[in-house]
Amino acid sequence: MLKINNLHVSLEDEDKEILKGVDLTVDAGTVHAIMGPNGSGKSTLSYVLSGKEGYNVTDGSVELNGDNIMDLEPEERAALGLFLAFQYPIEIPGVGNMTFLRTALNAQRKARGEDEISATDFLRLVREKAATLKIDSDMLKRPVNVGFSGGEKKRNEILQMAMLEPKICILDETDSGLDVDAMKLVANGVNALRNEGRGFLVITHYQRLLDHIKPDVVHIMADGKIIKSGGPELALEVENNGYSDLLDEAS
Amino acid sequence: MEAGDTLQVKDGVDQETIDAVKEVSTYKYGWDTDIEMEYAPKGVNEDIVKLISEKNSEPEWMTSWRLEALERWKKMTEPKWAMVDYPEIDFQDQYYYARPKSMVEKPKSLDEVDPKLLATYEKLGIPLKEQMILAGVEGAADKPDGERKVAVDAVFDSVSVGTTFKSELKKAGVIFCSISEAIKEHPDLVKKYLGSVVPVSDNFYATLNSAVFSDGSFVYIPPGVKCPMELSTYFRINAENTGQFERTLIIADKGSYVSYLEGCTAPKRDTAQLHAAVVEIVVEEDAEVKYSTVQNWFPGDENGNGGIYNFVTKRADCRGDRAKVMWTQVETGSAVTWKYPSCILRGDESQGEFYSIAIANNHQQADTGTKMLHLGKNTKSRIVSKGISAGVAQNTYRGQVNMHPRAKNSRNYTQCDSLLIGDKCGAHTVPYIEVKNNSSRVEHEATTSKVDDDQLFYCRQRGMGEEEAVALVVNGFCKDVLQALPMEFAMEAQQLVAISLEGSVG
Ligand SMILES: Nc1ncnc2c1ncn2[C@@H]1O[C@H](COP(=O)(O)OP(=O)(O)OP(=O)(O)O)[C@@H](O)[C@H]1O
Ligand SMILES: [Mg+2]
Repeated sequence: MLKINNLHVSLEDEDKEILKGVDLTVDAGTVHAIMGPNGSGKSTLSYVLSGKEGYNVTDGSVELNGDNIMDLEPEERAALGLFLAFQYPIEIPGVGNMTFLRTALNAQRKARGEDEISATDFLRLVREKAATLKIDSDMLKRPVNVGFSGGEKKRNEILQMAMLEPKICILDETDSGLDVDAMKLVANGVNALRNEGRGFLVITHYQRLLDHIKPDVVHIMADGKIIKSGGPELALEVENNGYSDLLDEAS
Repeated sequence: MEAGDTLQVKDGVDQETIDAVKEVSTYKYGWDTDIEMEYAPKGVNEDIVKLISEKNSEPEWMTSWRLEALERWKKMTEPKWAMVDYPEIDFQDQYYYARPKSMVEKPKSLDEVDPKLLATYEKLGIPLKEQMILAGVEGAADKPDGERKVAVDAVFDSVSVGTTFKSELKKAGVIFCSISEAIKEHPDLVKKYLGSVVPVSDNFYATLNSAVFSDGSFVYIPPGVKCPMELSTYFRINAENTGQFERTLIIADKGSYVSYLEGCTAPKRDTAQLHAAVVEIVVEEDAEVKYSTVQNWFPGDENGNGGIYNFVTKRADCRGDRAKVMWTQVETGSAVTWKYPSCILRGDESQGEFYSIAIANNHQQADTGTKMLHLGKNTKSRIVSKGISAGVAQNTYRGQVNMHPRAKNSRNYTQCDSLLIGDKCGAHTVPYIEVKNNSSRVEHEATTSKVDDDQLFYCRQRGMGEEEAVALVVNGFCKDVLQALPMEFAMEAQQLVAISLEGSVG
């Protein structure tokens, strides 16, 4: 489904390479986790995949279901089903959370040549999904992420994901800053979306989340490269021993 | 030159204009109506003023009022203090009067109006049939009958085409008609109030307007009456090289209430056109007036050709105690905007509010704001201004707050936010504050920000196109003002914000 091939990325503004040949394939129906030290390039990878400006792709390719997506605008990638839950969700003052969701959903539908969702269908859907994430109606009316607590912002990302029903979900540290209960809500939200047609790329620092979301594959990223891939046991190894052994092994 | 029968019919619209109109444009009201017009000869002088007065079959007192204004105007010069820059206007190279030929014999009812004119308003989404509702109002069809009624006075170039719901309003004692009709039918009211809020000699454009105004709306709400529906005037400039000089007079007598909406559009033309309006509002004791404008005159093309020069004087006089007035404006059109809707807070405990969204894109220049003149005790005013600049546009907020010695314990709060899209545009804030007593308080907050790339990326990651994302973020920025608009206009205004920013990114 998502095929990343020898991806090299440097910053547009300075001559600095951040991703130094990433190879990664996420098949439909699987959950992949990426772990790795701070500054290793995990968020950069998620931004480049979703089309943020400011990066130069100097080599390699990314395919989503066979289409090369690197020349597409962010919204075109979104319409193809690529979703990024942000490490730091953005605040948009004055724009109601529901308005935002509805605008996004309809934009994607329109891009795919589908009809807009009716106001009543939308309301029903958003209330239902919000309830499972314990997001109350007040939060739905408030401006997007403005004044939300850290945990609320993360749950809100999962609500957006649930509404947009993407094909490939990239979660960048969605577990960071969550209390135990919120973590379960988020994990349940992700698990509810797991199906054979959908792939996940979950960036995290902690085993905790992976207890709830059982990954099929775990990758370790360091200095802009995947240095090791394995099963869930790899995450446990990191949890117990940190990265130093893995880094030594790789060099 | 002789007045009277010297009206000349201008030749059909030339090919160049037709082509200009056809050009792809984001301005969706840029088409024109091909209709036979009669014009007064170009220029402004005593004969023209007399001619306009005669065309409107005005009484003599009105003609001399106009002629006095003309005499004063001749001695005045254009104000230059605003931050707008435009080529010298040749005031003698304009038409000051243009009316559809079919309006020469004034139709007795809307049924008799030329179908071409009616079609024009239909195309603009303005309901001239009483069973119709304003287009674009979400959920309007679900509302029970009567709740969403809006009475419309439709002004086409220099004349009012017709006014809806007149008889229903009359039952409530409300007078809503064109000003030319009011001059004939209600001379006492007009004599008493015309020029009492904006004096003839107020400023260059207001004085010119006093001499040559051709039509506009008149509203009188009797004591204690809550106007049973929204009133609105829709101004359409159609003719080329023709200025529109409308005059609106609203009187809210003691304890009455009215909400009034104003909308305006014009065809896309290569040459700039002049629009100089005067709006006067009288608010008596315990009365309340809400005045909302969606100004969408043709802004000129991407290269700064054409567009409306919009020089407008709007003022409300809260004469009685506890009188309230609220101006809400969405200014998206015009090449040049010079406009400062003001409140004179004369009555004790009277209140003035000003909510403004001003968008300047491409080569547009906007210099707009308000004046709050606190004269009475315990008066309050609130100013919320949202200025958005894109392209190479310049956007200036100019506001004045005056607390007079007698205006004890008065309050003003001003919030003035500017948003920049791109780095070739400018935003300027020019507040004048004068407090002449020590019990009053004035608060002023101002911010300037840029549309944030992270916000746009976030929206786009969720599937919105770049322009849709900008529109969403900007609508969020304007929310406080959009909320102040009546529902009829809020939707339209939101869409307008989106349309007027097209092409501002990328
Ligand atoms: N716009 C930028 N300008 C300068 N340096 C940048 C920029 N973007 C990323 N970097 C650098 O690239 C490296 C990778 O950053 P990235 O945010 O991808 O790391 P990460 O793996 O997500 O880290 P963390 O676990 O702390 O979230 C870091 O050294 C960071 O400082
Ligand atoms: Mg990161």
